[in-house]
Amino acid sequence: MASTYDYEDTANHQSQQTDIGYDPNFVPDSVKSFVVHLYRHIREKNVYEIHQMYEGSFQTLSDRMFKESPWPSVDAISQYVDQDHVFCLLYQEMWFRHLYARVSPTLKQRIDSWDNYCSLFSVVLHGVVNMQLPSQWLWDMVDEFVYQFQSFCQYRAKMKNKTEQEIVLLKQFDQAWNVYGVLNFLQALVEKSQIIHILEQEKEGLEQFTATDGYDYNGGSNVLKVLGYFSMVGLLRVHCLLGDYETGLKCLLPIDISRQGVYTSVIGSHITTIYHYGFANLMLRRYTDAIREFNKILLYIYKTKQYYQKSPQYEQILKKNEQMYALLALSLSLCPQVKLVEETVNSQLREKYGEKMTRMQRHDEEAFALYDELFSYACPKFITPSPPVFEERLVNYNQDAYRLQLKLFLYEVKQQQSLAGVRTFLKVYSTISVGKLASYMEVDEPTLRTILMTYKHKTHAVDPDGKVISTADVDFFLDDDMIRVIESKPAKQYGDYFLRQIVKLEGVITDMDRIKLE
Amino acid sequence: MVREQPQQQQQQQPVSQMSYTVEQLVALNPYNPDILPDLENYVNEQVSSQTYSLDANLCLLRLYQFEPERMSTQIVAHILVKALMAMPAPDFSLCLFLIPERVQMEEQFKTLIVLSHYLETARFRQFWDEAAKSRHIVEVVPGFEQAIQAYAIHVLSLTYQKVPRPVLAEAINIEGLSLDKFLEHQVANSGWILEKGQGRAHQLIILPRNEFNHPELKKGTGESVPLQHITRIFPILG
Repeated sequence: MASTYDYEDTANHQSQQTDIGYDPNFVPDSVKSFVVHLYRHIREKNVYEIHQMYEGSFQTLSDRMFKESPWPSVDAISQYVDQDHVFCLLYQEMWFRHLYARVSPTLKQRIDSWDNYCSLFSVVLHGVVNMQLPSQWLWDMVDEFVYQFQSFCQYRAKMKNKTEQEIVLLKQFDQAWNVYGVLNFLQALVEKSQIIHILEQEKEGLEQFTATDGYDYNGGSNVLKVLGYFSMVGLLRVHCLLGDYETGLKCLLPIDISRQGVYTSVIGSHITTIYHYGFANLMLRRYTDAIREFNKILLYIYKTKQYYQKSPQYEQILKKNEQMYALLALSLSLCPQVKLVEETVNSQLREKYGEKMTRMQRHDEEAFALYDELFSYACPKFITPSPPVFEERLVNYNQDAYRLQLKLFLYEVKQQQSLAGVRTFLKVYSTISVGKLASYMEVDEPTLRTILMTYKHKTHAVDPDGKVISTADVDFFLDDDMIRVIESKPAKQYGDYFLRQIVKLEGVITDMDRIKLE
Repeated sequence: MVREQPQQQQQQQPVSQMSYTVEQLVALNPYNPDILPDLENYVNEQVSSQTYSLDANLCLLRLYQFEPERMSTQIVAHILVKALMAMPAPDFSLCLFLIPERVQMEEQFKTLIVLSHYLETARFRQFWDEAAKSRHIVEVVPGFEQAIQAYAIHVLSLTYQKVPRPVLAEAINIEGLSLDKFLEHQVANSGWILEKGQGRAHQLIILPRNEFNHPELKKGTGESVPLQHITRIFPILG
């Protein structure tokens, strides 16, 4: 396989943890001040201030003082925050997230982080939390939870160089980052928050959720509801990592992605949702759905990314942007509906992948290598959810899941190999006999008939309700042995045109009236 | 489009109390290792009662993914055959995404993948030849032949206004007198029309009109103006 895709944890600044220079019990004054203020703002439900500290101060302090080491331990700071149990869980969550981003976590730390999430989510699920936290933070919790799960599965699957100690720990703490646990927590958050019911009620006008960006202005807490909401995206993500695209999309159904929602209120959530939605549709052969959504989000990122230049999410935004261009290139190569792509996005796409897309549409050996390359670059980091069999020979199996998805994707590409040739001819002829086309394509008649039927089958996807939707850009039908190409007339928007002209004329008349009066 | 088999619907068609409970389990408590035996029984029930549930089968394949030592290759084979029968839906691929590569290398799965490949690329003659050689895999599931024939007719309906008899015969693997009877039945019940081809030895079968083989039936897109837009000019008209 032509893959050079690096399947290591891609944290930005990774360095081995050393105990030299890091004292977990030393609390600099700035940190003391930070936790004291954050604690107070959380108690006072001062969401704006919390957000400033969470996005701003935390990053600044991290960059200044904890570039390559962890923050002070939770035990060291708890004295400044009345030993508040929930605050300590929140602090630990940030502590581990910082650790994963800057330093390579040890197995023990991975396990401890799992414990922290268990405690934190349990507290939330018991419904006793009375805080209002910024949506950004709540999104980050779910996002990081899934990320650490993915990271753990990758780590665990690399059995070759595990030390005796690590194997003992893995066997002992076999519940840590267990796939059942992860899925059930996400599911529990969705259910306990009743978020699906809330969203349905909202459609009837009986509830307010999206309108308030998920915040509770009635003195209550937004934490459970918003965590439940983001957990739907979390479930989509986990199912994609497992290769179960159908169920993933089902989990996302309650969120209407054709409109704004709480998922668009946080850029990370918006991008993650659409990235996985698009990818799942690509694997389900619903190419036009994928293309439409990629087009929308890529345009959005193009217009708004300048505002995130200083944000800690900037690099991730850029990375996902590039990956989605690759996925768009793949989708368009399999389903050339260029009119679905907006001007700006199209020109960006041409710049990045124009040449490669031309080569991919030739469907030869080189083309397959390109499909492989783009897929490997842009795909999610698939995981094998089952624990290793310790009694067997210790090998690395972390690439197995990825290899399977890639293989099946390329298999599909190969099945569509003949379609590109047919398309070229259909664009040129309005009618042509089966015999003639067969000779032009250098195949015999029965084979051509097979190819034509394959074209029809592959360009007519079946949606979940069993309805057939055509994704064909050029279409035809057969009358015995005559192929008749269907003219696709662009829909003339007379209605809209007349409406615009009426409004315009009215404006002109009003202006003229105004002149007379003067 | 001619689609008569009840099996084609992906939504649950509860046949017994048992299927009701299983569907509930899958909807409410899917990430639970204890439901694995129920899901396995449900697969067998789908086979014997000619029903189908993609959601339940995906749920089971996921559980097998989480605990590979509990996987039953026989059940997986049944799921795959059922998925083939659900074509043109992409269910077969969806299932393959969840089955580890080394399992897919086993003989019976390689055969099923080949069968799927033939169907995906409309190579019906090769499909029926291979299926005949693999009776032990496919004949265990009642309704298999009819389901594939329905898929073949679906693809033909997308492609042809008028299909030559030999092409139809090859696609659904019925010839001679049996084919005559089959055609009679379709003419009587599904709106098929038989026509003598000009200067040809064979009949032409005119398939029911749909928007894919009759472009004029395609609903015009973008020609209607929604009421909301008209309300914009009410003040002007008023």
